[in-house]
Amino acid sequence: METMTLDRPGGDPQGRPMPRQKILPDGVLGMLLFIFTEAMLFAGMISAFVIVKSQAAGQMWPPYGQPRLPAQETAINTAALLLSGIILLFAQYAFKKSETRAVVPFGISIFLGLFFVAFQGVEWAQMLGQGLTMQSSTYGAFFYLIVGTHALHALGALGGMAWACVKLTRGTLTQSAFTTVQLFWYFVVIVWPLLYWKVYL
Amino acid sequence: MAQAATEIHHEAHGHDAHAHHGPQGILKYIWSTDHKMIAMQYLFTGMFMGIVGGFMAYVFRMQLAFPGVSVPLFGVVSPGEYNALVTNHGSIMIFWVAMPVLIAAFGNYLIPLMIGADDMVFPRINRLSFQIFLVSVLMILASLFVSGGGFGGAWTSYPPLSAQSQYNLTSIGATMWLIAVALEFVAFLLGGINFIVTLMNARAPGMKAYDIPVVAWMIVIASILFMLSVGPLIAGAIMLLFDQTIGTGFFDPARGGDPILWQHLFWFFGHPEVYVVLLPAVGIVIDIVATFARKKLFGYKIMIFTAVATGVLSFFVWAHHQFIAGIDPRMANIFTVTTLLISVPIAELLFVMIATLYGGNIKLNTPMLWALSFIAEFLIGGVTGIFLGASGADIYLHDTYFVLAHFHYTFFPIAIIGTFAGFTYWFPKMFGKMMDDRLGKIHFWGTIIPFNMIFIPLFVLGLGGQHRRIYNFQNFPELAAMQPFRVLATVSLIIMLLFQLVFFWNCIKSWRGGAKAGRNPWKANTLEWTTESPPPHGNWPRDAMPRVYRGPYEYSVPGREDDYWPQNLPS
Ligand code: HEM
Ligand SMILES: [Cu+2]
Repeated sequence: METMTLDRPGGDPQGRPMPRQKILPDGVLGMLLFIFTEAMLFAGMISAFVIVKSQAAGQMWPPYGQPRLPAQETAINTAALLLSGIILLFAQYAFKKSETRAVVPFGISIFLGLFFVAFQGVEWAQMLGQGLTMQSSTYGAFFYLIVGTHALHALGALGGMAWACVKLTRGTLTQSAFTTVQLFWYFVVIVWPLLYWKVYL
Repeated sequence: MAQAATEIHHEAHGHDAHAHHGPQGILKYIWSTDHKMIAMQYLFTGMFMGIVGGFMAYVFRMQLAFPGVSVPLFGVVSPGEYNALVTNHGSIMIFWVAMPVLIAAFGNYLIPLMIGADDMVFPRINRLSFQIFLVSVLMILASLFVSGGGFGGAWTSYPPLSAQSQYNLTSIGATMWLIAVALEFVAFLLGGINFIVTLMNARAPGMKAYDIPVVAWMIVIASILFMLSVGPLIAGAIMLLFDQTIGTGFFDPARGGDPILWQHLFWFFGHPEVYVVLLPAVGIVIDIVATFARKKLFGYKIMIFTAVATGVLSFFVWAHHQFIAGIDPRMANIFTVTTLLISVPIAELLFVMIATLYGGNIKLNTPMLWALSFIAEFLIGGVTGIFLGASGADIYLHDTYFVLAHFHYTFFPIAIIGTFAGFTYWFPKMFGKMMDDRLGKIHFWGTIIPFNMIFIPLFVLGLGGQHRRIYNFQNFPELAAMQPFRVLATVSLIIMLLFQLVFFWNCIKSWRGGAKAGRNPWKANTLEWTTESPPPHGNWPRDAMPRVYRGPYEYSVPGREDDYWPQNLPS
């Protein structure tokens, strides 16, 4: 944050600068608050899912006639996503040393993220082919709702990361903007295992 | 998200620049990022929606008092229209009046001024927030005129009625209603992030956590509550939207869904929401009470911690709205206990106000009258809540006019009294002119007396067994005899609405010809009174941003000549 509006000099009669104490950089703090809200959104969806599942007719889950979700393939995909998160940590580490060194790990992390979303897309096509739709059962409805919401978040986060990556290559990426973008991706990465556990297993 | 991130980064440059070579003319207002301008936009949009909501109340109250009559300015009310009017009255008053005025307008106006900042931390996100809000306003208004009419399934929008158009008969209206509410949430989410970050990061040098005026604290605590509670409702809203539009069965028991699930998601948000609007109003009242009692606030820290405690507890009471929805009686017991517990911090808030008044040098001008009436009227709302919170009593009272009167005795003090208190108190700052005190008092009594005359009869009707959301009580012989109470309520409502004209007249008259206010007409301590009225762009001259030396409520300090001690004076 080079020249924050609120940090500008001026103030007491002597004209000394009057820095304001920040708990965290503005963008980072704003992102954290946003993430809390998002966490509650997922919590709402997951609890709704758990309640409906627990009331399923005859405790049959998946309901009669509905396909099973491909838990094993998705486990691989989960690993790809987690790896992306870990590599992003390396990117941050490298960024502290020199900006140019961060480009490669950052790029890999974005690539793995895109891989994850594409993999999910293929899986959706498969499941639709097997007759699992949002209308076919609450099982299908929750699957597409929860996974789809997560995918939208992933795409949003990837968009932010791509933007940051462009800035990185131009050498104009600030640490706080980088942290902001990273935080959102970590959020996307960290909720996923929970969703996987609840929805797929 | 990319949007937010870009925003964050670009804020860095030239927020000042746009004052000089930004857009001109009307665009200057629409595209302004000045927090005061955005506050005004929220304030006037909220007041406009208040007129819309008030008009709706007039129409359906006429139908209840004089069933089948052709209502002047509207015509005969059909059952479908009645439902749409009641539903949208409730939704508008909560989401498009109380929220924008109490949180967004006062939050935007007061937070930067009270903490000595030149603007919000994210001015452009702030503007985006208002623009999204404006779209939601247009959406809800448009939904009243689409084919099939506005949504009529109550502001709580319970499925299956809300989910399936063969029941509610308003397929377009219901969906537009839902989208409008969702957009409004997004707007306040953005606003809330802004308030919280601004309060945490942009305070004037020297302003410690306990030097922040209570109203700024309250708006921020309310924003935190909103942000923590709204997620599950957004989840529910998406599910409901899918049920309505693409035919999923989330809430359809015939297809494995669960309609009660919506009630949980809605009230998990809905109950904290009532404190989201309550806390800012409490903050406004506290500030006014301290100023006009010329006394140090009794228990500043108690107040803040009480508000936090209320917030925490408010997440554990939601099922008191569902006592007869078939929930387990053991669960009902637990929620009875938590509901009764939450009246303890609420009572504490009122005691703090009363203790501050005790022994004070009280000035009874218009803002103070509003503040005092808040204490008196909200008390009735809180006390009747205790009856409803006891599950045994609630089995009888649920969904009667007793509930309706209860929450109007809470919401009216909050949304109407709180707004008028704040508006009359900060009017000199906002417009640089004093308001006419005599007209203000006429308006005050012309609002408060009819208000009680509307809702006391409704308590009686509720105890007499009259249920809510019924089009024509003449169809129920045992209720028909209570008609005089309904007529009394309706007539009082009309009188109250007419007295609002005094308010608007007062605004125009004072704005054009009122006495100049000067910087600090009330001799108050907080920082907003140290700048010009109205404050310039940037709030203070660049080289004279305030510095803070003490808390906001140092009134009548022994040994000082003046009975007030502004926060920015070194000694
Ligand atoms: C002392 C604090 C309070 C207690 C113990 C309390 C208790 C209750 C209970 C138990 C109900 C459910 C009654 C029923 O539906 O059968 C209720 C309804 C309601 N309360 Fe309160 N309440 C309190 C404060 C408030 C406040 C501060 C507000 C508003 C800002 C509020 C707004 C409402 C609303 C809107 C409803 C009706 C919702 C509906 O069914 O449409 N209450 N209250
Ligand atoms: Cu409640």
